[in-house]
Amino acid sequence: MTAVAEAPVAGAVPSFQVTMRLRRFNPETDTEPRWEDHTVTMHGTDRVLDALHKIKWEIDGSLTFRRSCAHGICGSDAMRINGRNRLACKTLLKDLPLDKPITVEPIKGLAVLKDLVVDMDPFFEAYKSIMPFLITTGNDPSRERRQSPEDRARYDDTTKCIMCAACTSSCPVYWSDGQYFGPQAIVGAHRFIFDSRDEGAEQRLEILNDRDGVWRCRTTFNCTDACPRGIEVTKAIQEVKRALLFRRV
Amino acid sequence: MWSWVAHRVTGIGIFFFLFAHVLDTALVRVSPEAYNEVIDTYKNPIVGLLEVGLVAAVVFHAFNGLRIVLVDFWSKGPRYQKHMFATVLVLWVVLMVPFTIRHLSHVFGG
Repeated sequence: MTAVAEAPVAGAVPSFQVTMRLRRFNPETDTEPRWEDHTVTMHGTDRVLDALHKIKWEIDGSLTFRRSCAHGICGSDAMRINGRNRLACKTLLKDLPLDKPITVEPIKGLAVLKDLVVDMDPFFEAYKSIMPFLITTGNDPSRERRQSPEDRARYDDTTKCIMCAACTSSCPVYWSDGQYFGPQAIVGAHRFIFDSRDEGAEQRLEILNDRDGVWRCRTTFNCTDACPRGIEVTKAIQEVKRALLFRRV
Repeated sequence: MWSWVAHRVTGIGIFFFLFAHVLDTALVRVSPEAYNEVIDTYKNPIVGLLEVGLVAAVVFHAFNGLRIVLVDFWSKGPRYQKHMFATVLVLWVVLMVPFTIRHLSHVFGG
């Protein structure tokens, strides 16, 4: 009965003014990207994505960015917010310093198509090249392929990847050399290399033994810091390196 | 990322020092007098300050190098990399403060 009295008052969510400093680029009219500021009134429960929506829906419909699920699962809205790669849908405005403008840029290392949208093709090509599917030999079993909880736990961390490219586009090696597979492709490979049901580990390790494979990683840990899923990306890369060094999966 | 940047900067700095160092040490083969003359020009406060920078670079590069070895070969290394970086910085300060005091008192105290 007392629960009624404790219910929060509607509209009690604090609201505040926030300046969004957006990196805009229209390939039809601009030769260089430019900054554009918008000040909007937002609420304590709003995320950066909500601010972008408000700008797009109420101020400037030409603002272009990707988002699908808007709940941190699809991996569409990775962007560089205040100089760090994050998902716009998982970053609460109240967690950012609001006395300064919030900068929102496209992720680095991939060509900007328009505003916050980048060309993801090289990123997905790298992922494809490590063969992100189960490789087996012999006849298919008549029932499911069984795996112990311990074997499943071996690669649990890297199953969480949503392919948002926050890690790959935070990597200084990838910025300077787009031929590098990038952290995400290695995470994708790790997920199968250390899967006890998969038999393609040797092939995948050979692919990553390339000049532009795992050895380009300089353990700067930017990818681990950037991952919105909390994957220990550098740890996964190091495990692949050690598997190559000692041929032990 | 900054540990990596600092590691590269100190590495390149040490490389250029070694370049000059090999040259001036090789001079002893040319003539010991010329060698002495060149080494004498190093005895001034500017080079004294540069020596602080050299030791600072070598000490950082050495400890951070050990950290990178652990990140590469210790299975828990990547998880504790930030703690290890903090340890590197603490060790660096602990060694650099007494060294700088002693070294500069030699350089400026005669």
